[in-house]
Amino acid sequence: MSGAARRIWGLIYRHLCMYRHSWPRLLEIAYWPALELLIWGFTANFFSRGIHEGAAVLAGAALIAGVLLWEIVLRSQIGVTLSFLEEIWSRNLGHLFVSPLRPAEMVAALLAVSVIRTFIGLLPATIIAFLLYHYDLFAPGPVMVLFFLNLLVMGWWVALGIVSLLFRYGAGAEALAWTIAFGITPFACVFYPVASLPGWLQPVALALPAAHIFEGLRALLLSGQTDWAQFGWAAALNAAWMLAAIAVFGAEFRRARIRGALISIGE
Amino acid sequence: MEAISVENLVKRYPATLAVDHLSFSLERGRILGLLGGNGAGKTTTISMLLGLLVPTSGRINVLGHDMAHDRFAALARMNFSSPYIALPARLTVRENLEVYGHLYNVPKLKHRIGQLAEQFRLTELLNRPAGDLSAGQKTRVALAKAFLNQPDLLLLDEPTASLDPDTGDYVRTALEEYRRESGAAILLASHNMAEVERLCDEVLMMKQGRVADRGTPAELIARYGRENMEQVFLHIARSEAL
Repeated sequence: MSGAARRIWGLIYRHLCMYRHSWPRLLEIAYWPALELLIWGFTANFFSRGIHEGAAVLAGAALIAGVLLWEIVLRSQIGVTLSFLEEIWSRNLGHLFVSPLRPAEMVAALLAVSVIRTFIGLLPATIIAFLLYHYDLFAPGPVMVLFFLNLLVMGWWVALGIVSLLFRYGAGAEALAWTIAFGITPFACVFYPVASLPGWLQPVALALPAAHIFEGLRALLLSGQTDWAQFGWAAALNAAWMLAAIAVFGAEFRRARIRGALISIGE
Repeated sequence: MEAISVENLVKRYPATLAVDHLSFSLERGRILGLLGGNGAGKTTTISMLLGLLVPTSGRINVLGHDMAHDRFAALARMNFSSPYIALPARLTVRENLEVYGHLYNVPKLKHRIGQLAEQFRLTELLNRPAGDLSAGQKTRVALAKAFLNQPDLLLLDEPTASLDPDTGDYVRTALEEYRRESGAAILLASHNMAEVERLCDEVLMMKQGRVADRGTPAELIARYGRENMEQVFLHIARSEAL
């Protein structure tokens, strides 16, 4: 294993060890996605009564797919920010930042932990969707992997933005880790089309990769066809936002080293 | 050869001048004590040596690497221990050492952890969560972490804090042996003046971000006409003049 790969593995291993010793943390990963799915799944069942069977199935599928896929953004974002916060809470950042671990390697490790957390979190919810609501998330085929990846990346750049705020404002900005992605939800158009937003809000939604993903998802469910234009927009926006987030992260890290914030970040 | 070379180091915050044109060097195989009261600039200086903090001006060279441009090459060959920075409490002592062994790319890690466990009397504690240990045990684990990569430069902040006299003496002996056998340089920040007298080849007394005085412990004791370093420290810390 190369030096960089070993350092990245070292930090991943640190988080895996932590989860091995803490079942409440492990439970928390799967708890919210499963709970969300139960609530929205039963809601979909209730509202689809009395509707024409085809429309009911479609509405239910759109709602459940929306819940599951939006959880990817939330879980991947929380996976990164919570792992970073764990280092603040355990007062371990000082040791990490004086080790040979580069900031880019730290980010790579946090992203890897976020992928592991996202899969652990979504697996029970996906099984619940299949068993309780007869909804197979993977029915549309391999294209779903592209949806997953785009939403995962969106969670990452939101997380890098939050970590940048933690560098700037310290652990006092911790609440943002839980709230920012939820604040984006209305503009992500998870459960309704972009056209249903007021005209002045639509550009905000269209600047988010998620809005294009969910427009594409609804098109896929309605027509069975993949809207590659929407997918292309989502991928391009993700690339642009990711580059911007990396630049902000780098700038805030440098600023934190100048201000001495790395020493007092937990205060 | 110099392990540390600091030239005209300045760290200015908006309302404070924390370090004011500090210059010093530390040869390999030597132990330098960095002393001073609270707010003297010791922590700021150590943070800049570790790359945690960017100086306002001045130059830091560690083990031949310019810390402004090449700090990771230096960080791989140095290590740090402080009782004020913790290790993840949920992880066992062994897991913590494994994590840092990976971060420092330590070869034959399992063997190295066994060696250190024996050296720092941690064998019985290896499978216990770090958070369940006493303050003294945590200090020993932090020291084992600092020795993992057999560093050429050790920065130690209060290395024997919370240790009972027997273990404190054991650790001081370990530091002396390590310096003798490896030729490593050690920068020591301590408020234990007996420890400073025993371990340090040279002492740098800091006050208000500047060097108030420097010399061997014996030279400083003689210069101020005192009986020990404790009295020298008090004299310098309480004097008005710098």
